[in-house]
Amino acid sequence: MTTTATLEGRDVAARGDGRGGDHHGDRARRRARAREKAAQWLFLAPAIVYVLVFFGYPVVKNLTMGFQEYTTRTFYTGEAPWVGFANYAEVFRSSIFGTTVVNTVLFTVGSIVGQFVLGLLLALYFKRRFPLSNMMRSLLLLPWLLPVIAGTSVWKWMLDQDSGVLNQVLRGLHLVSDPVPWLTSPDVALLGVVIVNVWLGIPFNSALLYSGLQDIPDELYEAGALDGATGWKAFWHITWPNLRGVVNVVLVLGVIYTLKVLDIILGLTGGGPANATQTLATDSYRRSFTEFSFGTGAAVSNVLIVVSLVFAVVYLRVNRRAVDE
Amino acid sequence: MRRITTGIIGASAAVAAVAALAGCGGADSAAGGGDITLKLTDTMSETSAPIYDKIYDACASEQGITVESNHVAGSGLIKTVLQQASSRTLPDVLMLDNPDVQQIAASGALSPLSDYGITGEGFPQGVVDAGTYDGELYGIAPIVNSIGLFYDADKLQAAGIQPPTTWDELADAAARLTTDDTYGIAFSATNSFEGTWQFLPFLWSNGASEDDLTSPEAVEALEFVNRLVQDGSASASVVNWSQNDVNDQFIAGKAAMMINGPWNMPSLEAAEGLNFASVPLPVPSAGDELVAPLGGETFTVPQTGDAERMAAAGEFVKCVTQGENQLTMATGRGAVPSDSEVAQQAAEENPLVASFVETVQSARARTALLGESWPEAATQIYTAEQLALTGSASPADALAQATAD
Repeated sequence: MTTTATLEGRDVAARGDGRGGDHHGDRARRRARAREKAAQWLFLAPAIVYVLVFFGYPVVKNLTMGFQEYTTRTFYTGEAPWVGFANYAEVFRSSIFGTTVVNTVLFTVGSIVGQFVLGLLLALYFKRRFPLSNMMRSLLLLPWLLPVIAGTSVWKWMLDQDSGVLNQVLRGLHLVSDPVPWLTSPDVALLGVVIVNVWLGIPFNSALLYSGLQDIPDELYEAGALDGATGWKAFWHITWPNLRGVVNVVLVLGVIYTLKVLDIILGLTGGGPANATQTLATDSYRRSFTEFSFGTGAAVSNVLIVVSLVFAVVYLRVNRRAVDE
Repeated sequence: MRRITTGIIGASAAVAAVAALAGCGGADSAAGGGDITLKLTDTMSETSAPIYDKIYDACASEQGITVESNHVAGSGLIKTVLQQASSRTLPDVLMLDNPDVQQIAASGALSPLSDYGITGEGFPQGVVDAGTYDGELYGIAPIVNSIGLFYDADKLQAAGIQPPTTWDELADAAARLTTDDTYGIAFSATNSFEGTWQFLPFLWSNGASEDDLTSPEAVEALEFVNRLVQDGSASASVVNWSQNDVNDQFIAGKAAMMINGPWNMPSLEAAEGLNFASVPLPVPSAGDELVAPLGGETFTVPQTGDAERMAAAGEFVKCVTQGENQLTMATGRGAVPSDSEVAQQAAEENPLVASFVETVQSARARTALLGESWPEAATQIYTAEQLALTGSASPADALAQATAD
């Protein structure tokens, strides 16, 4: 801060007496600017180094691994022969690839829709003040505080087909006659996993949406009410348009987070039954760490990186527009 | 002896060391001549670690060296080992689960145990195979395990059923023991190597092999297990039960029989009012030989480049895995001593492990046939079982689908 201030001061001074357009002032100005540039880079350097080391290196490493025959042997000998697109060919040709892509899409869309709708409803609900509302709103963050693996093992009990509490309740209320095979039927397991991920994602959605709601001025609602916009009308014509910037950010970030979800699925079903909950993320993990085929594992995760990158670009554009507005 | 990381303990140890120095003029360091401090990594849990540490310390002092043991979680070990292999920071003695020996030995990171005079003599062939890669012994397991059939003796007696010995008897017993709130049998068919491990006795005892999974024998084995679920003798949830879940179901009285390993003995014995016993797993028909998978952690000596330390590590492993220590470890952890003679002694002392002692003698190592390619076959096996048990495909189609890629 101080550096820039003095530099600017000197700059102004140089311009002040440089009336005759003498070379001395010009050079000083150039030197000052160069120094300013250097200072800027110096401030940027830590961030650049950080990004290169902790983001650039792993991504580049992962990209190259996708083109190598990378096995346990590689770790010791350092030898990883180049195999071109063989890993990708193996992945795309495997029968599981189609399943994992479909599962990833269903899991992501299902989770996002569930998290967002419930998160928005809760955010709207807590917009009104009522006794204990603050305390209950903070309790909402609980799933976030719980270690994921603890959360999933509790959910695994609750979703148990024979003795799980969810089935007991559903049967007690006569909503279902036969117990639902939440995690044990290939037709239902993905829904079971989505339910748990929605539960985990609600805090993120409701917290961001709630803070977005706080930014909408009350005057808009007062003015709208005078014109007869209350209830649904107020939501559609005042809340929703004003919230759109936040909504975009929540959705795009949600997609990026959900695409790479691993722990929840591993904890609940491990990708089963019969690969019904196997996503690109879990398949990449399985290939790398249970089959020790790090090359094809990297290939799968590179596919995931590309998809995430598309959404990251969308996010940046949406964000810029939101800032511009 | 072991590295002490806690600050307070560390401080008090320092004080003690100073006192020792002042008191008896460094007699400590003179006694060992011990310049060598071996680093050891094992996967012992909090309850088993003290048993092992005691053995480590005894062997180390006998050798005049010191050993620093580091206990890590089994699930994370392989990742750590790979990192250590690439940064050349492997410990001097490394415990590896036996199917993983192939992968690590193949990388060249382990030294052959024959260099240190360890040959596995007196051990069943399965145990030697489990630590062998490419004809060389790289890992030696002091104690081993397998799986058997546990049953609730009270429930069987009430139903007038003898413990089953053949598949027909097993299916029959499971069906008759199934009631409104109890399944006849529980087992793990999860989509992980645990599921594979539990299916292997059926596959192998029926004469099928992991390199030909679409054979009629393999289909027959899967058809048998599938029928247990389809006729309701086993819960459909078996596809999502780990072996721990299976044990919980059995203890909770929700299954009259279960397929599981001897490592559950401590928790079974602690369960109140449970009168359990175990027998070897039933075979296809009377007179058939039971072939179950062999489990157990092996000790290995990684290539650290320091010949003197590696020699010391080899001697240390030899000591740790010898007969008497096998017995101590086996008793402490619910397992079978590897050495057949010591195993007999264990069976006499503890009738509960007797059935497993028998099973282990003919048990097969998972990696014996396919070596490094075992994980691929293991994935095919659990995938096929999951496809069949969830009704996604018939057993024959399930095996064909799973092996198609």
